[in-house]
Amino acid sequence: MKTIEEIKAAIEGAVPGAGVEMVMNPSPSGQHSLRLKPEYAVAVAMFLRDNAELTLDFLSNVTGVDWPDKEVTEKVKRTHTVTKTVEGVEQQVEETVEETVKRVVPGYLEAVYHLYSVEKKHGPVVLRMRTMNRTDQVELPSFTPIWRSAEFQEREIFDLYGIVFKGHPDLRRLLMWEGFKDHPMRRDYVEPDDFDYEPTPHDEVLARVHAHKAALAGESGTEAGR
Amino acid sequence: MNHIAWDREKREAGWNRPPVIEPDGEGELLEVAMGPHHPSTHGVFRMDVALDGERVIRLRPVFGYLHRNHEKIGEKVSYLASMPYTDRLDYMCSLTNNWAYALAVEKLTGQDVPERAEYLRVIVGELTRIQNHASSIGFLIQEMGASGTPLMYAFREREKILDLFEQLTGSRMMCNYMRFGGCRVDASPAWLAATRKVVAGLPGFVDEFERLLRSNEILMARCQGVGILRPELAVNAGVTGPMLRASGVDYDIRKVDSYGIYNRFKFRVPLGDHWDVYDRFMIRILEIRESIGILEQALKEIPTGPVMDAKAKIRGFRPKPGEAYGRIEAPKGELGFYLISDGGPNPYRYRVRPPSLINLTILEDMCLGQNVADVVLIFGSVDIVLGEVDR
Repeated sequence: MKTIEEIKAAIEGAVPGAGVEMVMNPSPSGQHSLRLKPEYAVAVAMFLRDNAELTLDFLSNVTGVDWPDKEVTEKVKRTHTVTKTVEGVEQQVEETVEETVKRVVPGYLEAVYHLYSVEKKHGPVVLRMRTMNRTDQVELPSFTPIWRSAEFQEREIFDLYGIVFKGHPDLRRLLMWEGFKDHPMRRDYVEPDDFDYEPTPHDEVLARVHAHKAALAGESGTEAGR
Repeated sequence: MNHIAWDREKREAGWNRPPVIEPDGEGELLEVAMGPHHPSTHGVFRMDVALDGERVIRLRPVFGYLHRNHEKIGEKVSYLASMPYTDRLDYMCSLTNNWAYALAVEKLTGQDVPERAEYLRVIVGELTRIQNHASSIGFLIQEMGASGTPLMYAFREREKILDLFEQLTGSRMMCNYMRFGGCRVDASPAWLAATRKVVAGLPGFVDEFERLLRSNEILMARCQGVGILRPELAVNAGVTGPMLRASGVDYDIRKVDSYGIYNRFKFRVPLGDHWDVYDRFMIRILEIRESIGILEQALKEIPTGPVMDAKAKIRGFRPKPGEAYGRIEAPKGELGFYLISDGGPNPYRYRVRPPSLINLTILEDMCLGQNVADVVLIFGSVDIVLGEVDR
């Protein structure tokens, strides 16, 4: 089997402008991955499946990963020009100060694909794709028309992570019920206020039930949340 | 013969989608919800079927009745704490689930497994495969209307194997036997002797059981030519395990990856020729025979020594940052675990690649145009466990 560098070169030769990036994996498993640009992903996937040398005809595993916004604390050295009085004379002096800066690294959702070849019996080749952010630009191209095995797995990611796969023939929730709103596998997921299903008829719980139902009725007028 | 070498040029767009079946125009369509509590679904699972007379023209599987977000729970607890919970995925074969998870973690950390532990893993893994395949055939015959007796044949044998599991691990079904870098307890000489005795009795059972499949005219009439799955679609849809091999594709992860010590054993990979329900069950019979062969070799060669890697860390287990995907040939297909570590005590991402769910992708393709009574058989031939489908 080709090394990851050779596969990267082959993709870039076949799909001009694909801009594949290598993601190295420091663990002993040595399964390095290739990050694709979503706009070229379908062309690259077709190449990987149909190339006679690679023949990655079996998409084994498709999964999502959530990388939320991260606050990074960094120490940065900055040089300021300050006016100081040295020996009775006013002078412009350069002073270097170490400052602690907090910076927010924007989060994203990631889809990871593990490809094998049934015909050539090699693998895995790991592909990854990132969405622009975690809120409104969460679209990625669907691989279901290329590998049918992605059908249920992409539905599961749509359900649990909220990545929208464009080109999927039947993108519905797989495991949660229809009408459910959130995406439970996201790391900042908070369990909903489901007190009305608690079978303890104590006053405190009942009060919360009534508040919850009133809030729901005011929200949309439909039976939401369940 | 290479079944996969189909003509790539002739593939049209949508070749891997289920075909559209037109009703014949006489009478009304009938929509039936098979399940969630149907005896043939082996759990809680629903199929919304549209029928034209008795012919299936549409089938939509509905999942999620047993969903408890196993993956989220796995991300909230330590690596080791997920081990007993993997037993509950495919509760018929807890030991292979343990093995797949242990293998993925060992790939992540680069741990070694002692020789004796590898042999014990093969022995319990193959025993698991035998009891799973035997009960799945028993269920098939049960679903065709022979209630009770044939299934009890399978369960009689399964009970002997579960007794062995109980002696070794303390539990019949929820074994929780493997650890990262070995196995939890060693097998006593008495256990090995008992296992040899059970294995010696298995070929007789398989002969008897195979006669049920080979000589029953009703069974053959109902299974042969039903639920055909083309090999190119099977590969494209990610079907694995006995299902894939019944479609004539030579792909067994024990041979391809030769994980553990499988390259030391001689065994053959049976392949199907007609790609139908009958083939799927005959493949399982043949795989039981091969598994018995592996067990005989393993029980003969098993060395003495430790069953845990001496350097293995149990408390304060924190793999270095990185990721790994480990997979094994579980009785139902390719069972894989994908783990991302961020250096903490619990996995950042814990993913189960469930063979039962992915093998159901082509359920609709196999059922379209068949009679509704055959849906039960085709579904049974996929061999799923809902604990793993919904996770």
